[in-house]
Amino acid sequence: MKEMESLMNISNPAKRYTAPTSARCSLGLKAAFMIAALLCTSFLHGCSRPEGGIVIAGSTSVQPYVEILSEEFASLYPDIAIDIQGGGSSAGITAAEAGTAQIGMSSRSLKDKELDRGLWSVEIAKDGLAVIVHPENPVKGLTYEQVRSIYAGEIVNWEQVGGNNAKIHLIAREEGSGTRSAFEDLFMGEKYITPKAIVQNSNGSVKQLVADDKNSIGFISLGLCDSKVAALELNGVAATHENIVNGSYQMYRPFLFVANSEPIGDAKLFIDYILSDEGQKLLLENGLIPATEGIEKG
Amino acid sequence: MKDFKEKLSGRIFFVLALSSISVLALITVFILIKGTPLIAEVGLKDFIFGMTWAPGRGEFGIFPMIAGSVSVTFGAAVIGVPIGICCSIFLAEFAPAWLSKIFRPVIQLLAGIPSVVYGFWGMIFVVPLIRDYLGGPGLSILAGSIILAIMILPTVISISEVSILALPRQYKEGALALGMTHWQAIYSVVLPSAKSGIVASVVLGIGRAVGETMAVIMVLGNAVALPESILDPVRTLTTNIGIEMGYAEGAHEQALFATGIVLFVVIMIINGLAQYITRDKNKGRR
Repeated sequence: MKEMESLMNISNPAKRYTAPTSARCSLGLKAAFMIAALLCTSFLHGCSRPEGGIVIAGSTSVQPYVEILSEEFASLYPDIAIDIQGGGSSAGITAAEAGTAQIGMSSRSLKDKELDRGLWSVEIAKDGLAVIVHPENPVKGLTYEQVRSIYAGEIVNWEQVGGNNAKIHLIAREEGSGTRSAFEDLFMGEKYITPKAIVQNSNGSVKQLVADDKNSIGFISLGLCDSKVAALELNGVAATHENIVNGSYQMYRPFLFVANSEPIGDAKLFIDYILSDEGQKLLLENGLIPATEGIEKG
Repeated sequence: MKDFKEKLSGRIFFVLALSSISVLALITVFILIKGTPLIAEVGLKDFIFGMTWAPGRGEFGIFPMIAGSVSVTFGAAVIGVPIGICCSIFLAEFAPAWLSKIFRPVIQLLAGIPSVVYGFWGMIFVVPLIRDYLGGPGLSILAGSIILAIMILPTVISISEVSILALPRQYKEGALALGMTHWQAIYSVVLPSAKSGIVASVVLGIGRAVGETMAVIMVLGNAVALPESILDPVRTLTTNIGIEMGYAEGAHEQALFATGIVLFVVIMIINGLAQYITRDKNKGRR
């Protein structure tokens, strides 16, 4: 700040020149000094950022849970600053690989080509994927095949699956989203999501749309479901925690932490905290399925 | 000393002016470097006329988005331009001074509302109305067109009004002196004379509509298919970038930059057209 003050002092004498003859000149100088002062302050600000800390980036599905965990973590280790950014699973994995983030968050399994690059990863939790409809929709359950046909654009009317005579309004996530790719892996098989599907770029807006539109269908994290939307039974199994834990509801995906090599220092401390009983309990309370609970089928 | 300061201030202004142009140059070069490799790989024709957009499977066709941009912009022009031009005629010719003193700042305020607010309003108010009364998912070309029509109003109104007010008084006075009624004078003398300015306002409004992103992301539904009716969801070129940039990497990211190049070219053509139209007018008057 001293720099800025001294600059402002230099610019003050310029006021003397506000005589009519050189009005333009003093304006120009003033402007120049103001800008120089601004540049100086922003530069100083840049320098004063604290060193160290953990940068975590990636999936926006994982992000809210990690934020909750980091708050608790901060009460245990107030000295470790944690910076959590979104950006999506792929961006998070890229950032972790490049080292711009110590930890990348991913809401999908690593692809083969990513595994080939020798990335380190650990599962911090599991997240159920729920297919949701409006609570007033008479359809309460579908089979995997029906969900696939609906999203492939082959079934277009609710009547075809035992509902009202109304067009199905499909809602999907955007290309590159971890939730979309998890849905494709779990449900779509060899088929593709029809391009006619409405695309929204967050779990929240998918949920909001389904809550607003009686004829819509969407998919979001099970942890985010509430009374505004109804999660469908799939192949006769309700989308609940218990059913994921006992293995009957199979539509879930891993939440991963990714790094370019085995983490050390503060990052390791944070990961250990998440995998500890306390961290896992916190995740459970917030709607996720803890990683340490045994699910037989991988 | 005085001379030095004169020169120095001149230089400083020059450097600052240069910085704004160099930013444009930087952005252009950056987009081109990032986007052209993909266009070269896919082929310009397949990129622009390809019907399938599936970056995950390596298919990069943006024709549905071009159709989306064209249909939404056309819809916005159909709704917004008549209202805008009528409003500008009212302000320039009919409104008493006190009323236009209220109207003008209010219209300027319309231009100052952030686009995300328009989008939010559209999502909460316009989309459910369309869904309940016209059917379909509500997120549609129609919803986008209505929002964009409102957003281009300030551009259309203010530029049209200025071009009507800029006409020499004699035009209208002469028409009135020949026994025309007020409306006849407007219709057969004022409007034809201000034609180039009004057309320019429409073109600039269209440029605004093509470039808008945030508001339309929220109301268009962003489906990547050719629309069959105005109640179908579509994706525009801008929303394609806006909705997918967060998660894009590699070829997908390049494809979004390539979408940016197409958008850039379209906007340049539109702005060039507007400049051409207004330049023509100035020559005519000289």
